[in-house]
Amino acid sequence: MSEHRHQDPPSPMALRVKALETLLVERGVVDPEAVDAILDVYEHQVGPHNGARVVARAWTDPAFRERLREDATAAIGELGFLGMQGEHMVALENTERVHNVVVCTLCSCYPWSVLGLPPAWYKSHAYRSRVVMEPRAVLREFGLDVPEEVEVRVWDSTAELRYLVVPRRPAGTDHLDEEALAALVTRDSMVGTAVLPDVDGGTGT
Amino acid sequence: MNGIHDMGGAHGYGAVEPGDAEPFHDDWERRVFGITLAAGSHLRSNLDRGRYELEMLPPRDYLAGYFERWFARLIKAGVALGFIDAAARAAIERGQTPTAVPRDHEPLPAAALRHVARTGRPVSRTVERAAAFVVGDTVCARNMQPATHTRLPRYVRGKNGTIVAWHGAHVFPDSNAEHDDENPQHLYSVSFRATVLWGPDAPERDSVILDLFEPYLEAPP
Repeated sequence: MSEHRHQDPPSPMALRVKALETLLVERGVVDPEAVDAILDVYEHQVGPHNGARVVARAWTDPAFRERLREDATAAIGELGFLGMQGEHMVALENTERVHNVVVCTLCSCYPWSVLGLPPAWYKSHAYRSRVVMEPRAVLREFGLDVPEEVEVRVWDSTAELRYLVVPRRPAGTDHLDEEALAALVTRDSMVGTAVLPDVDGGTGT
Repeated sequence: MNGIHDMGGAHGYGAVEPGDAEPFHDDWERRVFGITLAAGSHLRSNLDRGRYELEMLPPRDYLAGYFERWFARLIKAGVALGFIDAAARAAIERGQTPTAVPRDHEPLPAAALRHVARTGRPVSRTVERAAAFVVGDTVCARNMQPATHTRLPRYVRGKNGTIVAWHGAHVFPDSNAEHDDENPQHLYSVSFRATVLWGPDAPERDSVILDLFEPYLEAPP
């Protein structure tokens, strides 16, 4: 996770944060074990593998897919992936005609319970400012060229609804079971900045 | 507030860097994230107030970086709440551990935090009053300029859209941030055509959908 190399002297920010944490621990405002616990949850337990399970289930189980459309929070709850920043979920299905992409222009709202913590680019000023106005140009920077005849829908997470994009199932995956399918699903495909390649090497769009 | 945080449609921030894909760049960023969540109610804040505190930072501090911004909020809150005094603040700035700190709080235990992380805190609420709009209605996002917290971005104000979903009532961020008053309001997903938001050169079939509270909306003029 961290790029910090231990032979480097600590940066000024590292020293400040260490000083702040020491103060807050001494004061009883935070328990250092609680800090470790919250990091453990979001670095080792909750992550895009959760969302990938939801997507793979939706691809393989039409009744689940229907429940995901009707009440995504309840459907995702069946798999046990509810939690902070996932209290009110909506699933957005990509189709031949519609491509969905998610942003939070006002801060960094992101569906933690199914995707974990957002990648740095999702929180970047460039992504937040541009994807609502020129989504196709931004998606091209991700290597994704959405055909003109496909409608692009950008979802700006301005309240507490959290969005999970359900990418299209790649061609050539009919023989795969749910677990193998989940392994194909990437984080970016569930934010909408990628589509999944067909297993024979084409693209899923 | 019409602050630096309201970035939708702004120019000048450069290209997106898809390769910048990890949540954290350095270990101190991890600690700032963890400290903020672990401090919990000791920050005397709420979800909306926390966002408002970030928005109220000077633009220079806001733009310094994502976790730099979270750090600045922690310092500001600690000073306001009295657990960081002037001497401690100066020591932290120098990267030195403050001395002679009294233990006068009781921290949230790790198990409680794990529990909250895995259960969440829903913000849906029941209200008596009926929703003013239904799916399919054309609505106009109000042209209003509150100087306090709001979740109505500037780029849709005064623009017409279509209600595509109704989500019942949720805690209203504008009053929750300012007065710790949940004041639940009906919440809708509203779809705006890209051409309405950005002009005739935008792709005809594209759209942007926002989740907007009833007080942000009115019947079109």
